[in-house]
Amino acid sequence: MKRMTLAASAVAALVGATQASAQDNELTLCWAAWDPANALVELSKDFEAQSGTKMNFEFVPWPNFADRMLNELNSGGQLCDLMIGDSQWIGGAAENGWYVKLNDFFDKEGISMDAFVPATVTGYSEWPKGTPNYWSLPAFGDVVGWTYRKDWFERPEIQAAFKEKYGRDLTPPATMAELKEVAEFFQGRDIDGKTVYGASIYTERGSEGITMGAMDVLYSFGFKYDNPDKPYDMEGFVNSDGAIAGLEFYKSLYDCCVAPGTSNTYMGEGIDAYKSGQVAMQMNFAFTWPGFEVDPNVGGGKTGYLVNPKGPNGDQFAQLGGQGISVVANTDNMDGALAYVKWFAQQDVQQKWWSMGGFSCLKAVVEDPAFATSQPYAQTFLDSMAIVKDFWAEPSYASLLQASQARVHDYVVAGNGTAKEALDGLIADWTEVFMDEGKL
Amino acid sequence: MATPSIDRLARATPPSLARKVRGLSDRAIAWIFVAPTILLLLAINIFPLIWTIRLSFTNYAANKTNAEVKWVGLKNYERILTDEDIWSNMTTTAHFLIWTIVLQVIIGFTLAWLINRKFKGNDLLTTLIVVPMMLSPAVVGNFWTFLYQPQIGVVNYIVEFFTGIPAASFSMLGPGGLAPWSIIIVDTWMWTPFVMLICLAGLRSIPDYIYEAAEVDRASKWRQFWTITVPMVLPFLMLAVLFRGIENFKMFDMVNLLTGGGPGDETLLTSIDLKREAFEKWRTGYSSAYAIILFVTVFGLASIYVKALNKVKER
Repeated sequence: MKRMTLAASAVAALVGATQASAQDNELTLCWAAWDPANALVELSKDFEAQSGTKMNFEFVPWPNFADRMLNELNSGGQLCDLMIGDSQWIGGAAENGWYVKLNDFFDKEGISMDAFVPATVTGYSEWPKGTPNYWSLPAFGDVVGWTYRKDWFERPEIQAAFKEKYGRDLTPPATMAELKEVAEFFQGRDIDGKTVYGASIYTERGSEGITMGAMDVLYSFGFKYDNPDKPYDMEGFVNSDGAIAGLEFYKSLYDCCVAPGTSNTYMGEGIDAYKSGQVAMQMNFAFTWPGFEVDPNVGGGKTGYLVNPKGPNGDQFAQLGGQGISVVANTDNMDGALAYVKWFAQQDVQQKWWSMGGFSCLKAVVEDPAFATSQPYAQTFLDSMAIVKDFWAEPSYASLLQASQARVHDYVVAGNGTAKEALDGLIADWTEVFMDEGKL
Repeated sequence: MATPSIDRLARATPPSLARKVRGLSDRAIAWIFVAPTILLLLAINIFPLIWTIRLSFTNYAANKTNAEVKWVGLKNYERILTDEDIWSNMTTTAHFLIWTIVLQVIIGFTLAWLINRKFKGNDLLTTLIVVPMMLSPAVVGNFWTFLYQPQIGVVNYIVEFFTGIPAASFSMLGPGGLAPWSIIIVDTWMWTPFVMLICLAGLRSIPDYIYEAAEVDRASKWRQFWTITVPMVLPFLMLAVLFRGIENFKMFDMVNLLTGGGPGDETLLTSIDLKREAFEKWRTGYSSAYAIILFVTVFGLASIYVKALNKVKER
């Protein structure tokens, strides 16, 4: 009996030691399942070769990404050592202790946030916003912009028809008004024997789609989340005249110029509509652009890239996307996770990241003189990143987001009420959330 | 012949076990057998229910485990019951529930009545009809999204063929008030076979001699239907309604995939709303109260219904 106990103890110790050793040499990185994630798998092979650490990946499709990963973080799970989480999670992740604060690590390793594009530092790393408290390293810059069918725009017969109708040349739209005009022009037009439509915009109801799309337009019309001098004071900012006009514009764009049946569409559906030649213009995040360049239908110079057009008063903003890479506080391989972040922050790694389709946020990469011409969309990406705004990044962002999803979808897609009623209702919903949070 | 085999089995009980159970009453032995199940039920059903009731009186948020949990009394219940949006969702759910049940009962019973007649290919047809209910709701949700697509979906083209309304001019899942009916159509397509099978069981349980006696009494087919068929199938039908009612009250997956609750909140069923409150907004205390209200509603309605069902059976 004694001998058996000893043997069992030895086996248990061996198994334990093996597991500990395996954990020390393995890292799991969690992110959304999309093209950039595949590029990161390739990039990470260099880290594996250098460090001897085996990299595992857990990628979840976008519609379920927040649900799955926030549950994981919230339940104290140990699935992820590293998390490339959405920008809006940062407040909750910081306040709930899900991410490791990286200030000391950055100081020790000489990683300076000044080396990254300022908008990405604010958007992906800081909490509270505007303070030097960093919870992630900017990993993937992203922003909503537009793609258009350059080959269609350049056709003489289409140009002539446009000039005849609007009395001006058909050019990539520089203002929202022009964008709608162009979208109206293409709506229902016959091109190569096929009926095409004006634009693909975000209308998805379930997660964040229609909010990302509408806000992308509303910012340039004067929408602000709150009073810059009095946080959480939303009256007159969320429902300003400009914001109301912006939401009315978004609805008019939906009513006039999208393909039939696009009442619940987001990134994936937009990509499909554009690649299949269904629409002339498409609103989507910049991460989709490298895919268009290599697509047989819309690649090879057929696609043009646009910064979000200006609003009626000349204001020009765009919805921020993208993420930072964070170390999960619950990791059992803290040293390995920090080593990965250190490796990822290196300039040569960031340079390679960009070349593989990853939108680097490192200034040394994006401010390189060769960057703007390195890809057809590079300059548009740079210009767009200079004008970004982001949704609330509060710990209660999910409640705030669900409220805007419901209000905006109800007005834009379902056609209920007015834009003012939708935005007034949004203030009421958001006020309730902030009151629950004790911030009002 | 049975007694010796039981005796043989009893004698086969290992002596060590026989010693342990010797002296225990039948009741005690019965408890020993059911205790694991009861413990499991307590652990996975009763305890969470009690815990949920407790949480419903607090402001607890599962994503803020370090935050102070405050006792808020009936505030969560008050907020839910006075929230117009929640009542709107309840109305949407009731609309979905009532119409799916009405359609499934009518179509299901009719199909069962037709299938019950003997004809060639009867078995094959029955098998084909029940195929939809064998599919996963997620699969059904996804492929009906394509069927409803205005440009490539077959549904719009069928409507165009019969009415002349252009296929691309309307969206079954979009604005225009069709979405609540579209989800009803899908659920009816999927679950009518279930109602049909239960009705078929009811129809086949009616002895032929009752109809023969009615024939002798020169009762018309119509009278036979209303005085024999319907009353005798009614308990089965009511059971089917109970099952479908409970299932559809908690409908989530299929509708979430088809519309995500949209357009606006037109198809936002209470289960989808509850999921968002609990696992997206993380208002755990509030959503616990929400869940309790829904539970009491379903439990209350089901209890009343079961009493009515028992009365029908007794007749």
